[in-house]
Amino acid sequence: MTAKPHLDGAHARRLLGQMIRIRLFEEKCAELYTRGKIRGFLHLYIGEEANAVGVMEALTADDSVVSTYREHGHALARGIAMGPLMAEMYGKANGTSGGRGGSMHVFDRATRFYGGNAIVGGGLPLSVGLGLAERMRSGRGAAVCLFGEGAVAEGEFHESLNLAALWKLPVLFVCENNLYAMGSAIERTESETDIHRKAEAYRIASQRVDGMDVVAVEAATRAALEHLRAGEGPQFLECRTYRFRAHSMFDAQLYRDKSEVERWKERDPIKRFADWSVAARLLHKTDIADLEKAAAVEVDQAVAFAEAGDWESVADLGKFVLMDKVPA
Amino acid sequence: MIDFRMPSLGADMEKGTVVEWLKKPGDAIARGDVVAVVETQKGAFEIEVFDAGVLREILVAVGNQAPVGAVLARIESIGAGVPVGAEVPPPAPPSPTRAPPVALKPPPAAPSGERLRISPAAARRALELGVDARGLRGTGPQGAITIADVEGAAPKPSEAPTPPRRGFDPSAMRQAIAAAMARSKREIPHYYLSLPIDMARSLEWMSAENARRDVEHRLLPAVLLLKASALALRQVPQLNGFWIDGAPRLSQAIHVGWAISLRGGGLMAPAIRDADRLSLDQAMAALRDLVTRARTARLRGSEMMDPTVTVTSLGERGAESVLGVIYPPQLAIVGFGAARPSPAVVEGRFAVRPLVHATLSGDHRASDGETGGRLLAAIDRLLQTPEAL
Amino acid sequence: MTAAPLKITYREAVKQAIREALARDPRVFLMGEDIGRYGGCYAVTKGLLQEFGEERIRDTPLSESAFVGAGIGAAMAGLRPIVEVMTVNFSLLALDQIVNNAATIPHMSGGQFAVPLVIRMATGAGRQLAAQHSHSLEGWYAHIPGLKILAPATLEDARGMLWSALQDPNPVLIFEHVNLYNMEGELPSDAGAVPIEGAALRRQGRDLSIVTYGASLHKALAAAKQLAGQGIEAEVIDLRCLRPLDDATITASIARTRRALIVDEGWRSGGISAEIGMRIAEQSFYDLDAPPMRLCGAEVPIPYPKHLEDAAIPQIETIISAATSLVRPS
Repeated sequence: MTAKPHLDGAHARRLLGQMIRIRLFEEKCAELYTRGKIRGFLHLYIGEEANAVGVMEALTADDSVVSTYREHGHALARGIAMGPLMAEMYGKANGTSGGRGGSMHVFDRATRFYGGNAIVGGGLPLSVGLGLAERMRSGRGAAVCLFGEGAVAEGEFHESLNLAALWKLPVLFVCENNLYAMGSAIERTESETDIHRKAEAYRIASQRVDGMDVVAVEAATRAALEHLRAGEGPQFLECRTYRFRAHSMFDAQLYRDKSEVERWKERDPIKRFADWSVAARLLHKTDIADLEKAAAVEVDQAVAFAEAGDWESVADLGKFVLMDKVPA
Repeated sequence: MIDFRMPSLGADMEKGTVVEWLKKPGDAIARGDVVAVVETQKGAFEIEVFDAGVLREILVAVGNQAPVGAVLARIESIGAGVPVGAEVPPPAPPSPTRAPPVALKPPPAAPSGERLRISPAAARRALELGVDARGLRGTGPQGAITIADVEGAAPKPSEAPTPPRRGFDPSAMRQAIAAAMARSKREIPHYYLSLPIDMARSLEWMSAENARRDVEHRLLPAVLLLKASALALRQVPQLNGFWIDGAPRLSQAIHVGWAISLRGGGLMAPAIRDADRLSLDQAMAALRDLVTRARTARLRGSEMMDPTVTVTSLGERGAESVLGVIYPPQLAIVGFGAARPSPAVVEGRFAVRPLVHATLSGDHRASDGETGGRLLAAIDRLLQTPEAL
Repeated sequence: MTAAPLKITYREAVKQAIREALARDPRVFLMGEDIGRYGGCYAVTKGLLQEFGEERIRDTPLSESAFVGAGIGAAMAGLRPIVEVMTVNFSLLALDQIVNNAATIPHMSGGQFAVPLVIRMATGAGRQLAAQHSHSLEGWYAHIPGLKILAPATLEDARGMLWSALQDPNPVLIFEHVNLYNMEGELPSDAGAVPIEGAALRRQGRDLSIVTYGASLHKALAAAKQLAGQGIEAEVIDLRCLRPLDDATITASIARTRRALIVDEGWRSGGISAEIGMRIAEQSFYDLDAPPMRLCGAEVPIPYPKHLEDAAIPQIETIISAATSLVRPS
């Protein structure tokens, strides 16, 4: 564990609390899925929490976020309230998108959260455009684009990195490399498995980060954003991480060994950071129990919020297909 | 006690086979424990529990299949989270208010013989003009009959409305009825009302009256219905007249078109002019005259054009009631079924009375059921005092 | 008051529209392949780089997906990008961004984000550019809910549709037919924005309705002129907007003429002509005095040699002969 001199108790509590919120939210989603409350594809973030929390901790309100279909953790860490997020899982009218998006399409204007994009690689060009808008308006914000290593095989990855680098746009590309594109191991899809080296080929400053270490992710993000905000153009992080659960719910995980999963679980980002925080005397054991309790209550309230929500009226089926005006 | 159910792992999972129980009854269970392995079409899944407790009972043994949602085991709970509604997958979807599904009917059997090749527009025009398109030669694409072909075959407007003075052509009449009735049903939003009318007094009064008359001057029940209808329309004039150019045009005069079915088939409704002002004897004479001339094709053209309303009476051998089709552009048609001895309540007791079902079909563009109801009530009242007719 | 008319080409009219948009709204910028230094593949944007600078006239790499997607992102963030894609065939490389993102995000986000983006592209045959630069795929895009599809055929529309498209909160695709760029005519010097919905009746007639758009409009008008000499009066409808389609104008015209001929450079099978034809069947059935007829592009990849290219798309003569056979079947 990389020791960070400036980490204080409040900071540690925030990081750990966010990771626990995500973990419990995702576990509840799995449960609700088996009960038929959540349908469609459900991709859980369990095991990868340090990435979302580390990255989002370093962002400001001016920054925008483009995410993937495994975005619940990103959304929670970015500050989207858990109730509307859970209601979106249900497809209820009180969900973030009024239920129209579901698990894979979380959007939130207030936190500049631009989806929830379920076409692998499809979000990268959007982030280039968000970065371009920021540049053209001389804003301070960065466009932060999260994607998995599966996206790296898509043409849009290469087009976007090239364009962002060519125009020196304030885009932070964050590759969450969890080693599997659905069931395809990275060795089976990439000729170059060191993803960050692909960014280097576009002359984009890149770092490889331990994605199971929340502090390392936060520190790397802060460093990258510093360069980015200094006008040095796009930055790239490759976070090495692992998902503990299946790709989506109906996945028998025929493509990986249980022993591999168990080995990675030993590096569980929550347990690891909790233990370290206690050892470093930043947190007390009771703090951790309190955080877990608070998160469990919040999850219960989110479920109650979703359960209480109404279904969108069928009469509104065609709403927002065409917009009447650009939202202010 | 908590039901541990076959989980739904995807919309395409319907059932699973239990291939292993990792816990046995009596075992303590922690949230997240894998308790069973279930084989599906996508492979074997370890099934975890989301509750803590003690496994009490296994209901589906290894090797057995169970549908999604089936209870696999029961767990005695120790502490629980927030209740999550009914735990019955698959989820109850929102019940959308949707239009009833369109019933899929088998296509109608092709008519025997050659199908008439006519454009949709020409077919509609032929109906409007009462033109029988079957004999026409088509000049359109692939020899189809076009609007121009139909209009060329139609009688010129000046002669069109005048009915032939003698010798009805049954097929031409059928076409005319078809055109008028189709137009009516296409254009006129009908509403329908009915009222059973006790005819006892009218019929008794008529029998007594007829006993004093010679055969030639005897009255028929029809004339009472005719006269009562005409007088009632004086009280409710909103149903007497025409719908022209999008508005009702009420008529002062009450010319009752009396529906007469012809022996060779077909139907016409020539006018009994000013029927409300005729005495019963005059009305009876007019009725006899009209029926005779209608059946021998000696009607005057004006008699066909004049009616401001239509009355149809099915007579003693007819059906119990008739829901008439309005003759455009009239506003209403009054119908009478056959008078039949029927159970009725008279002064609080059951009695057998001769009841006639009076009906009204009204043009809803021109009037509402409330108005129509007043007309039927007026007819009823008038028929209770036949001597005043 | 209308200012004195100016002689102008379609190309110049489009350029004036872009220039006006750039001058009026600082959020507007232009992005695409070779639009700056090169001046645009069809020279539409020539000179704009010098006038507005590199920040707003952006030459992009050959990365259709990235720069169309960047346009979507910039539009969501509040800018008003005009993205030029060289031809409709190249736009297929950006299909993911147009169909999966631009058309879905407003709905998928529950109305939180709009995509006020304009994508311009050249379409159509007639320049002997063969089978990877000449197709008419606008009908495909007209299939997609969430998009608006425009096909300016006149100088007024070339000049006026862009500004209205930029005011629209939705992604608007503008298809400019390659054969129209050199078309010359007169336009009031103060010509400005025009509505981007509704078809236009370009000629009144009695005997049939020719429904068309884009470059085929001018062929249809020329055909109608010649048909008049034979006593056949054709009404000519310029669709202008392929999504949403203006059913009312089409059905009102057919109620008058009772015959419909759809002229479309695109392929017949599954094309926009099929959509229009079916709507006519649904809505005008009892007004029809003849089956609706289509004159479409031949079902071949557009060939290179002039005589084969000509044979592959509707021409004045084939429109005349189709119209005649519809009105006066022998």
